[in-house]
Amino acid sequence: MKLPEIDLYLIAPEIIIAAFGFLVLLVDVFAPKGEKKGYLGVLSLIGVVIAFFYTLPLVGSGKTGFEGMFTSDGFAIFFKITILIIAFLTVLISMGYATREGIGFGEYYALILFATLGMMLMAAGTHLIVIFLGLETMSISIYILAGMLREDRKSVESAFKYFLLGAFATGFLLYGIAFLYGATGTLYLKDIASYIASKKLLDNPMLLMSLAFLTIGFGFKIASVPFHMWTPDVYEGAPTSITAFMATGVKAAGFSALIRVFFTALPEFRPDWTSIVWLIAVATMTVGNIIAISQNNIKRMLAYSSIAHAGYILVAFVAGNKSGTSGILFYLMAYAFMNLGAFTCVILLGKKGEENLLVTDYAGVGFKYPLLAASMTVFLLSMAGIPPLGGFMAKLYIFSAAVEAKFYWLTILGVLNSAISVYYYLRVTVLMYFRESEREITGLQFSPAPVIALILALIGTFYMGIFPANVLSFAQKSIAGLM
Amino acid sequence: MDILGIPILSFLIFFPLAGAIILLFIKKEETIRWTTLAIALVEFVASLPLFFKFDSATAAMQFLEDWWWVEAYGISYKIGIDGISLLLVLLATFLTVLCVLCSWTAITFRVKEYMISFLFLETGMIGALVALDLILFYVFWEVMLIPMYLLIGVWGNPQRRIYAAIKFFLFTMAGSVLMLVAILVLYFINLKATGRSTFDVLELYKLGIPMGTQHWLFGAFALAFAIKVPMFPFHTWLPDAHTEAPTAGSVILAGVLLKMGTYGFIRFAIPLFPNAALDLMPLISILALIGIIYGALVSMMQPDLKRLVAFSSVSHLGYVMLGMFALNTQGVQGSIYQMLNHGISTGSLFLIVGMIYERRHTRMISDFGGISKVMPVFAVFFMIVTLSSIGLPGTNGFVGEFLILLGAFQANIVYGVLAAAGVILGAAYMLWMFQRVMFGKITHPKNEGLKDLNAREVITLIPMVALIFLMGIYPKLFFNKMDASVEKFLKDFRGKVEMKADLPAPKAVAEVKK
Repeated sequence: MKLPEIDLYLIAPEIIIAAFGFLVLLVDVFAPKGEKKGYLGVLSLIGVVIAFFYTLPLVGSGKTGFEGMFTSDGFAIFFKITILIIAFLTVLISMGYATREGIGFGEYYALILFATLGMMLMAAGTHLIVIFLGLETMSISIYILAGMLREDRKSVESAFKYFLLGAFATGFLLYGIAFLYGATGTLYLKDIASYIASKKLLDNPMLLMSLAFLTIGFGFKIASVPFHMWTPDVYEGAPTSITAFMATGVKAAGFSALIRVFFTALPEFRPDWTSIVWLIAVATMTVGNIIAISQNNIKRMLAYSSIAHAGYILVAFVAGNKSGTSGILFYLMAYAFMNLGAFTCVILLGKKGEENLLVTDYAGVGFKYPLLAASMTVFLLSMAGIPPLGGFMAKLYIFSAAVEAKFYWLTILGVLNSAISVYYYLRVTVLMYFRESEREITGLQFSPAPVIALILALIGTFYMGIFPANVLSFAQKSIAGLM
Repeated sequence: MDILGIPILSFLIFFPLAGAIILLFIKKEETIRWTTLAIALVEFVASLPLFFKFDSATAAMQFLEDWWWVEAYGISYKIGIDGISLLLVLLATFLTVLCVLCSWTAITFRVKEYMISFLFLETGMIGALVALDLILFYVFWEVMLIPMYLLIGVWGNPQRRIYAAIKFFLFTMAGSVLMLVAILVLYFINLKATGRSTFDVLELYKLGIPMGTQHWLFGAFALAFAIKVPMFPFHTWLPDAHTEAPTAGSVILAGVLLKMGTYGFIRFAIPLFPNAALDLMPLISILALIGIIYGALVSMMQPDLKRLVAFSSVSHLGYVMLGMFALNTQGVQGSIYQMLNHGISTGSLFLIVGMIYERRHTRMISDFGGISKVMPVFAVFFMIVTLSSIGLPGTNGFVGEFLILLGAFQANIVYGVLAAAGVILGAAYMLWMFQRVMFGKITHPKNEGLKDLNAREVITLIPMVALIFLMGIYPKLFFNKMDASVEKFLKDFRGKVEMKADLPAPKAVAEVKK
């Protein structure tokens, strides 16, 4: 029997992230008690940066390893870079936030790293079990992270809700995988596709069931309507830094797995899922945007807005062409910058005990903290798709892909939704700039780490809006192996 | 032509932005005012060479700059001006100076943020006027929204400013996102026909688009522009925005921002989709006529001076649209001329209303009466501007309106008759308003002690009045600049209409970009 070839270099970034996760745990145990543990965050940052530099040489290598279960194609690498950027910014904002809320102990950072590991596996898996492993590693870490504020009822509720519903959704996903295996006898994505193509299994009820279950399972992770019910409660209750991590990282990883599985394993079923996802996309955009209008809690508002953004991305998924897929990659990266940026502003404007989270609390902030308010405005306008910011370019690519694929009505519904979204993003700026504060926000503490995160997010948002060419051509090259 | 090594148009776009960044570091309010004035003046002076170096003999784009922005998608940074945009660019730089002047004492708080917004707005305006790439145009078009939104929302009237600001933003946004879809559809039609990905509007002009598609695309563009103009029935945001905005905001809104709509028609919607434009000509002309009459009638009944001027804008812009869609030389020339006129006359009217508002803190016509006795200098300026708005021969308004009427009569005699009737209504509401405000006895004790205009205010108004007469008496100076471009616009239009435009576009020779 020949032993499978093991190329550890291929999974070096994952190994580093895992190793640093354990290192953080160990250092936390052996460190003297009682003092502030800022170095744990620094240690995590170092891990992420090293993993990042081990990821870069893999660009363009396109290798697969572990008997074809794991790949380093451009698609995986692009997602890994996005995920590492998200992890980096999340750790940075946590260094201010987690310390303030008293949850900055080892497990917190370790779990962020483990979740990152799971996300990276999801992006790189070409075998359903690897993808599932990644998904579970990520989800379980996030379940715990969501409940970190254990004295806060909302946080505990958030974790419990996410866990129960998440477990249920995972069940669906696993069921889908099982049916897929049952019908085709393999878990390799490519083999599934070729088996279906050769045996002409398009009417196979088992496969159709599996398609439905997979849609539900992934639909839950990316928070698409009607599998979005958990999102607002979980996002509201979880620690703000973790909410930011979920809204960007979990979503990116969910989309990477969704695209990989559907485009690689189930391309034959495209006509079937196109019409379903068309409906889901429209419902997701519309429900997200319309409910966001009536939200008073900023975290809930951003939760609904993140639902809407999943809808825009699904528009490109429906388009299903090259420009759509590269558009998704571009979008998720731009979204990471602007959304993490917005959450950073929320954190900087907040106080211990999750204070100042109502939209109305922001009244008069505009002239009191001009730079912070201006940054928040930039992020919100970017999410609304106003040029020259990253969010505009991202939407432009996505909608142009949909037009290219001749989904005109979908595009029109998309842009109209985008116009609706302007209303609630503007509402925050209205409060910040146009109204006098009723209750002064005072005593904000700006620790350096989140401020750095804010600046990085600003740079990212502007860079992707004004000089999008580099990232875009990178995204276009990245999908070469996939499509 | 370069300024400081930067091509002139790029300089004009980005200089105000650079100025805005400089303002960030200045603390004293007085210094901020002077610095902004200096920046606006430099910008204006820097834009003058455009006028003098402009080659009137050619209809081609001049001062052209062409770079790739996102090469993979064919988005370029392509800017240039022809006879149509030249005068509008100058109007924008000119009005900005006056706006800074008229905000001198009117803006009492957050002066820095105000001036930054204004300079930011100038960048957006110039950019949108010179952009020759559809995406670039769209970017600047949207960029203009944010500062204007802030100007209305922060420095507007306390009562309804927020409502007006949001309404302004949402109306414009709703129209423009559909235009974005149309831009993308156009891009892919061109890609399929020529195999080249480009958003360059000069390239896209050459495209022949099937009739059905043309109607949809024209509809999307026309909606975005009609909201901005604003044409009846999309005008409802305008009175609110104008009334609530600070004086300078109203001036720039009337002077330049509304022109973006009419400019959009003449630069993009009509040349790109000529057949659809021709088919929809009656509809648009009728809407324009409704705008003319309706705007005039509503103006007549306004108790609020600023609202009156705002509704008169609806009426004036109706003329602009009517002239443009006459689609003959006189009509189009008159239309462009009237765009400038409206910027100057209505801009001045808003300045004047602002001046009296600063003194009395009311804009109700019934609170005034007999003002000419206490403010004789003011009365002279007000009279000249009122007459210009009515279109008295010798003032700029006459030239524009006359040409538009000529064009309209040629296109359809009924349109001409109705439009001419609108002129009478225009005279009626303006003169009646003037009579109630300026003549008669002083009925209100507060009006007795009003001070006449100070030197700064006179300096603000003199250039306006000078232009009113210059454009009224020697219009040739300006028509010279636009003649060739207008001729080309009409020639291309007729050519494409006759071709029925169903033929595929000729394969364009690929240009090599820097």
